[in-house]
Amino acid sequence: MGLFTMTKRALANVIGKPATLMYPVKPAKQFERSRGMLEITIEDCIYCGLCSRHCPADAIVVSKDDRTWQVDRLRCIICAQCVDVCPKTCLRLVPEYKKSVAEPPFVDFFQGPPAPPKPEKKAKEE
Amino acid sequence: MGRQIVVPFGPQHPVLPEPIHLDLVLEDEVVVEAVPSIGYIHRGLEKLVEKREYTDYIRIAERICGICSFTHSVNYAESVEKVMGLEVPARAHYIRTILMEYSRMHSHMLWLGLTADAMGFENLFMNSWRIREAILDDMEMATGGRVIQGLCTVGGIRKDVPDEMLGQMSDHLKEITPQMEELCKIFSHDTSVRHRMRGLGVLTKEEMWELGGVGPTARGSNLPLDARCTGYSAYDELGFKPVVEKEGDCLARCIVRARELMAAADLVHAAVKKMPDGPVDVGKIKGGPDGEAFFFTEQPRGEVLHYVKGNGSKYLVRHRVRTPTFANIPPLVKMLAGVDLADVPVVVLTIDPCIGCMER
Repeated sequence: MGLFTMTKRALANVIGKPATLMYPVKPAKQFERSRGMLEITIEDCIYCGLCSRHCPADAIVVSKDDRTWQVDRLRCIICAQCVDVCPKTCLRLVPEYKKSVAEPPFVDFFQGPPAPPKPEKKAKEE
Repeated sequence: MGRQIVVPFGPQHPVLPEPIHLDLVLEDEVVVEAVPSIGYIHRGLEKLVEKREYTDYIRIAERICGICSFTHSVNYAESVEKVMGLEVPARAHYIRTILMEYSRMHSHMLWLGLTADAMGFENLFMNSWRIREAILDDMEMATGGRVIQGLCTVGGIRKDVPDEMLGQMSDHLKEITPQMEELCKIFSHDTSVRHRMRGLGVLTKEEMWELGGVGPTARGSNLPLDARCTGYSAYDELGFKPVVEKEGDCLARCIVRARELMAAADLVHAAVKKMPDGPVDVGKIKGGPDGEAFFFTEQPRGEVLHYVKGNGSKYLVRHRVRTPTFANIPPLVKMLAGVDLADVPVVVLTIDPCIGCMER
């Protein structure tokens, strides 16, 4: 093989289309299974805190008293461990990426709806 | 005898993607001795095993390395499964094998590109990485992650990869195989590559054996060391033979990696053909690992060892990893003695150093 082995490839590269995408004008490739970012349906959340306890990166904070759920997007490693352990399946990963931001807050905060009123205990029959 | 001077190489050097420091003792322009020092990016991942449940820790074990991530997760999972005596279904083993071979292809193509870049062969570098992109896309399609797949879990895999998707991956691989063959031909026959690498950093089979080299570095010196021969996952059913080269120089190590691309593609096709049906995990696992186990797997860079020890609770007591780069440092030091200063980057790259992996 001589000196000009790559000539064919080099010419094809010069004449052909670029192999890269003009992101963000053209959207990046996405697949159904792509792990883009974590999302929550806060209405279904029971604030059990399992996601927070199993998070390898300590990115999730759940407060049962305040009915809040928050995720630090810079800490989250999108491993889906929280999705696996969620008993109400209200957590999910979507293929879209979180848009980058220049300023804080980097924490996404979700406030759940107020707790439904507890059913009143039946008065003891005398 | 000329005057000896010491030239520091790294930890920040254009050719090194990760930090390692070498003190090169030079006599004129020739390296007399190289003294390595490591420890720039220790992250303490092994210690974290005490703070995370053993099922969650696999996500951290996977992040020990950014390139051979899937092999690390499989190795950790297999070690824990060995302690707990879990029988993983055959389909999970086959899918793990396919993805490990995909990781090997993408790692080798990354390395071939980096080496071409270190030689100053920009066009070949871009060509390697363009082909690698197709492999990464297929991995993302199957698992959801380009380099951190996150598919492996203790007791099997998280989500089945359907047969149609596996067939699609196999078809894509067949489409890019001619390009990989062309790449292999360029690396083994091109004049500029041969001029740069032939006869450089030679280690004989005996020297390599004594210094404990592993992976493609050892196989380039005609030492058929390959942990896949032990037949873990589905390798025992796929008929595997290690790729070896005789010369023991930088070119031989390069050709081993280029030829392994095709060997890996063949293994993927064989695994897709033989893919069994059935479940992909053992279901809910009760209890914690009680006991200790070693497990070896073959990473793209060589043999990796995981050691786990548990006391029956959900938290492991000890996790220890021995990575191939650590094993390949002594051969590197020996290889560097006698080479020119200008050739040091190429020789350092031929062991495929992964420092993030080595220091964890």
